[in-house]
Amino acid sequence: MSEIKFMIDGRECTGRPGQTIVQAARDNGVYIPVLCDYDGLKPVGSCRICMVRVGGRIQAACTQPLAEGMVIENDVPDLKDMRLAILEMLFVEGNHMCPTCEKSGNCELQAMAYRLGMTAPRYPFQWPDRPAEAADAKIYMDHDRCIQCQRCVRAIQTKDGKRIFASRDRSGRVRYRLDRHLGSKLSDETARKAMEVCPVGVILKKEVGFAVPIGKRKFDAKPIGSDIEETARR
Amino acid sequence: MESVKSIVGRHGKDRTELLAMIRDIQASRGHVPPEAMTELAGLLGLSEADVEGVVTFYHFFSLAPVGSYAVYLNDSITSRMSGRSAVARAFEEAAGCRFGGTTADGRIGLHDTSCIGMNDQEPAAVINGVVFTRLTPDAARNLVAAMKAGTPVSDMVRDLGDGANQSELVRAMVANNIVKKGPVLFGPFASGSAVRKAAALKPEGVIDEIKKANLLGRGGAGFPTGLKWEFCRREKGPKRCVVCNADEGEPGTFKDRVILTELPRLVFEGMAVAGYAAGAEEGILYLRGEYAYLKAHLEQVLEDLRREKVLGKSISGVKGFNFDIVIRLGAGAYVCGEESALIESAEGKRGEPRDRPPFPVQIGYLGRPTTVNNVETLAAAAQIVAHDAAWFKSMGIPNSTGTKLLSVSGDCARPGIYEIEFGLSVRELLDLVGGTDAQAVQVGGPSGNCVAPKDFGRKIAFNDLATGGSIIVFGPHRDLFEVVRNFLEFFVEESCGWCTPCRAGNVILLRKFDKIASGKASRRDLEEIESWGKLIKATSRCGLGQTSPNPILTTLKSFPELYEARVRKDAGFVPEFDLAAAAAAGCEAAGRTFACEETDHE
Repeated sequence: MSEIKFMIDGRECTGRPGQTIVQAARDNGVYIPVLCDYDGLKPVGSCRICMVRVGGRIQAACTQPLAEGMVIENDVPDLKDMRLAILEMLFVEGNHMCPTCEKSGNCELQAMAYRLGMTAPRYPFQWPDRPAEAADAKIYMDHDRCIQCQRCVRAIQTKDGKRIFASRDRSGRVRYRLDRHLGSKLSDETARKAMEVCPVGVILKKEVGFAVPIGKRKFDAKPIGSDIEETARR
Repeated sequence: MESVKSIVGRHGKDRTELLAMIRDIQASRGHVPPEAMTELAGLLGLSEADVEGVVTFYHFFSLAPVGSYAVYLNDSITSRMSGRSAVARAFEEAAGCRFGGTTADGRIGLHDTSCIGMNDQEPAAVINGVVFTRLTPDAARNLVAAMKAGTPVSDMVRDLGDGANQSELVRAMVANNIVKKGPVLFGPFASGSAVRKAAALKPEGVIDEIKKANLLGRGGAGFPTGLKWEFCRREKGPKRCVVCNADEGEPGTFKDRVILTELPRLVFEGMAVAGYAAGAEEGILYLRGEYAYLKAHLEQVLEDLRREKVLGKSISGVKGFNFDIVIRLGAGAYVCGEESALIESAEGKRGEPRDRPPFPVQIGYLGRPTTVNNVETLAAAAQIVAHDAAWFKSMGIPNSTGTKLLSVSGDCARPGIYEIEFGLSVRELLDLVGGTDAQAVQVGGPSGNCVAPKDFGRKIAFNDLATGGSIIVFGPHRDLFEVVRNFLEFFVEESCGWCTPCRAGNVILLRKFDKIASGKASRRDLEEIESWGKLIKATSRCGLGQTSPNPILTTLKSFPELYEARVRKDAGFVPEFDLAAAAAAGCEAAGRTFACEETDHE
């Protein structure tokens, strides 16, 4: 297989054809912050946190295919502020109350805020009305926390390709809905997977809570992205 | 009432026809009930949540009943400038319900809608698919009386428009208002001449001619048409596709409506030529839902063209030149004018843009290499092939060859359709349309540019003021802040919701704009709104978000004094939160007056 040479922030890297910039960077131990991307799922470019600059153009690194000779800017001040500005949009458009959230410590949005150094958002909070849904037997959906990454839509489907989660409505009113017929047939394992794949605390499996105490969770120990960066140091 | 099963069967049980199926369900039941979605999902092998996602994406589909008579009254700025509020009030008073609701008996529903392509004859509304133009409060009251009497909507149509609007298959009140005819669109054209001349050339020869003419996309983006066809041709087939983008959703544009009404043969022949050049046998006309009233007329023209061998198998008697066209209807979504969103919608899905690469010429409709071209582009292409590149290039200016069809509306004496040569200045245009006292001209619709008098020397051209054709004139008495706000609301509503900056950012911009408009802003707010607008442009996923801050950014540049006048010079920071207002209810309950010193934020 042919090798692609590219540079990120002055560092020479190599990647494979068919990789996106995010994937190739990760294999080289470079973390590009991103929320909607998920290993094994088709990228959708929805969160726009992963903006990088290639040849003077701002692009989403999770959807942009790697190309020979790319010179990529990633960890530079203006892009960092751009990412922070987009992250803050996600915080003000929903209702995020970390102290009472089951996902606190495992939440990628929260971890990203720490990693990017967010203090208070620069925009006013919108305090939207986003009623939760609890009709399903296995899954509770807290729409207050949704960042519209579509991971659930992509990851959780029936064997014959039917969508169990799907987007509803448009504009700021978009919500991700659990299909009322297929939802009730979910196995425990699929329900657990749905909860895991959700980067925030929207999809919660009923009847389990705080199984791992706060303080001993994934991002309590190490910042998001540090696992990728450790591979580079090794 | 036709069963869901029968509707699905009539559309060949084909998922790409999902919008047409939903349209039939909506029309027969007045809404899309859950049991119909369950049945649809079952018959098409989709989940119900997936079907619901499609239903709820489009403005003209609804889970809740919209009324046996569903009135969709245009809420664009030009409609408002033409007396919309009095018309809306008359509808409400006569019907006995508010906009956004239906009468208690479910007979009449009143709804706002984005620009319906009738900007030169506002206020206008679509009622059960039938267009009513130049509405007055009296007309609104008469319509409501007819609805209460149970009159069929088609019988409420009075005063038919001109040209083909009077034909039996259209019968619309819509007027063409063609003020200035030019040589490309409105020049002589012998039906069949373009396909005949194309067939005498090799496909590469047709592409060469289009390239030589330097035809650039007329939808606004200005991509070279010949290159697009060539890219499409280069991709491995076997099946390729030509899509005509007739989604004309940019507020203020209505030229494609007039082309399709009067010159459909030119457009369809342009599609056949594109098919020949790109190596496609399949064509789709994606027609915006607001123009559904033209569908029967267009189907008839397609039928005629098949009979005349301009479409179908062995076109012009040339073996292997096969091309035919189907019509797909949209259902109310501006974003579907974006070519990849249009393709998704034509496949029967939510009209959400795709990531690029791959581009539609590589992977388009149902994965096939697809060239998506604007109505006017295809019409011009037919004329280029029927004449030649030199003829076309003799018009316009270098890099912007040929003519452009403009849709002119707003405060001018002669609104309507103008075919002008590229290179015309805004000032010359204003002379032509009778709008010389304009305080501003919106070129290219909300996503375009708000041009101030000091810039009226600028030219309509791809490398100066590019436009898909929307020109809105604002007279000296208009409040540009109202214009900007209307445009921002439009983008907030029409964002598909996929990416963060467009979905969340446009709401943030609107709130910030309101803060400035209400006189609570400091200079810092102006700096912030500009920088946030630029951020949304730079990071949004498709053309909608990449242009949605333009109403603010272009007025900030053209009319800084309007913003300066609203800024409080005495404060470094003015809080958005109004403590006195928030405490008002509590104070009243306690019988106290509000007494709190405003903090000095200097």
